[in-house]
Amino acid sequence: MSERSGVPGEGLVKGLAVTLKTMTRRSTTQQYPDVAPELPPRSRGVIALLEENCTVCMLCARECPDWCIYIDSHKEEVAVPGAARPRQRNVLDKFDIDFSLCMYCGICIEVCPFDALYWTPEFEYAEYDIKDLLHDKDHLGEWMVTVPPPPAHDPHGDPSKEETTAARKAAAPAARPAPTRVRPEPGAEQGGGAPS
Amino acid sequence: MPTWLELVLRVAAVLVAFLTLPLIVGQTEHKVMAHMQGRLGPMYAGGFHGWAQLVADGIKFVQKEDVTPRDADRPVFRLAPAVALVPYLLALLVIPLGPGDLVGQPLDIGLFFVLAVVGIGVLAVLMSAWASANKYSLLGGLRGAAQLLGYELPLVLAAASVAMAAGTLSLPGIVAAWHPWWLLWQAPAMVIFFVAGLAEIRRPPFDMPVADSELVFGYMTEYTGLRFAFFLLAEYVGIVVIAALTTVLFLGGWHGPFADAQLGWLWTLLKVFAVAFVIIWLRVSYPRLREDQLQRLCWLVLVPLALAQLVLTAAVRLAM
Repeated sequence: MSERSGVPGEGLVKGLAVTLKTMTRRSTTQQYPDVAPELPPRSRGVIALLEENCTVCMLCARECPDWCIYIDSHKEEVAVPGAARPRQRNVLDKFDIDFSLCMYCGICIEVCPFDALYWTPEFEYAEYDIKDLLHDKDHLGEWMVTVPPPPAHDPHGDPSKEETTAARKAAAPAARPAPTRVRPEPGAEQGGGAPS
Repeated sequence: MPTWLELVLRVAAVLVAFLTLPLIVGQTEHKVMAHMQGRLGPMYAGGFHGWAQLVADGIKFVQKEDVTPRDADRPVFRLAPAVALVPYLLALLVIPLGPGDLVGQPLDIGLFFVLAVVGIGVLAVLMSAWASANKYSLLGGLRGAAQLLGYELPLVLAAASVAMAAGTLSLPGIVAAWHPWWLLWQAPAMVIFFVAGLAEIRRPPFDMPVADSELVFGYMTEYTGLRFAFFLLAEYVGIVVIAALTTVLFLGGWHGPFADAQLGWLWTLLKVFAVAFVIIWLRVSYPRLREDQLQRLCWLVLVPLALAQLVLTAAVRLAM
């Protein structure tokens, strides 16, 4: 109390000034249900799934810290005309994320090699029953329309790898290296060579 | 106009003022406090910026159950809210709104009457505190009694100063005798009266008796429903009464820049709302005083200052 300097009562006036100044400014209240909040594009609201990109590599499910991603799949043979034998393809049967367990760390999105998972800023998916927080692949797919466009490339940054590769290829189309590895003939794999 | 009709009209007008002014002050408090804290305050009730918030509150209070604790002293417990409310209604009766006849009841000893009647507030506090049979209520009530008894003294001394200056105890008489230079002459008395008045109506920063963070809600802890609403209403009528008294005694009541005779009521109301705004502003800005600080401010600052002001007033009066 004795440490203070200046005019006595200065603090009282300062306090009044602060409240009066605040009153003249716009209030910071967000009128949420009436006015939608302006969320930054990279907000972590909910995770969207682009089913076509998923190859069922299971990386997301394995990296998930609380194991809230459930994936089921089966293999399907696709007969490609002109190919020597039918190709195999993974078909996604089930892709569930349990948002009652999810802690929104985003590791699944980071780890996905094929850009099948995206953050979207949507957050209004509260449910009355906790079981409804388990979003299946259709529900996760519905969120895709809400995914914001990716941020523009930094004009001063390095050009993207795809761009440099494309530019290099366009500059020297003849210099393209020939495929070094030849696909083994059908019937020649009894030797046990692992196709790597 | 027959006397009885005039009487009914006057009482009805005072009653209307008694019921509307506190609501306006309360709504202003909601909004001003919110904006001073960077919020918006009530926005839904009534549609436009929550203008009907207090009406909605009133309807809610009416619907609530009226609980009387089992161990409470029932008649006293039930009577206390009325005792808190009625004195302010009576005080409004003698406060002049404008020159001439624009007063509920011109009383020659109006100032004395107002101060006496406002002093009854302490009784309501003690009644509710004791009858609630609740420790927090009792603590709050005793704090309230100590505070009200203490601050009554500077309140009365400051009012006596202005009464001495005007040479009358009639409130219209005081306003009629008022000159703008009294703003300077009676400035200490005005500050003392205002501060003591704040303490008298137990407004923050003098809300030790209520002190919701330590005493639950002080002497109002056990009240519910309409009775609780009466206590809250009493607080806001208290603001109106203290603001009106400050206006009438120190700010020159109906004296305005022009047209005092026709627009006197407007000047009075404007001043009352300005003072009410300051009361709200102080509530938002200052933290609650501790009990010992409260008493120290009263007995070591306000009372000596009020006595000095009395001496000054007397000296100037004798010199004139």
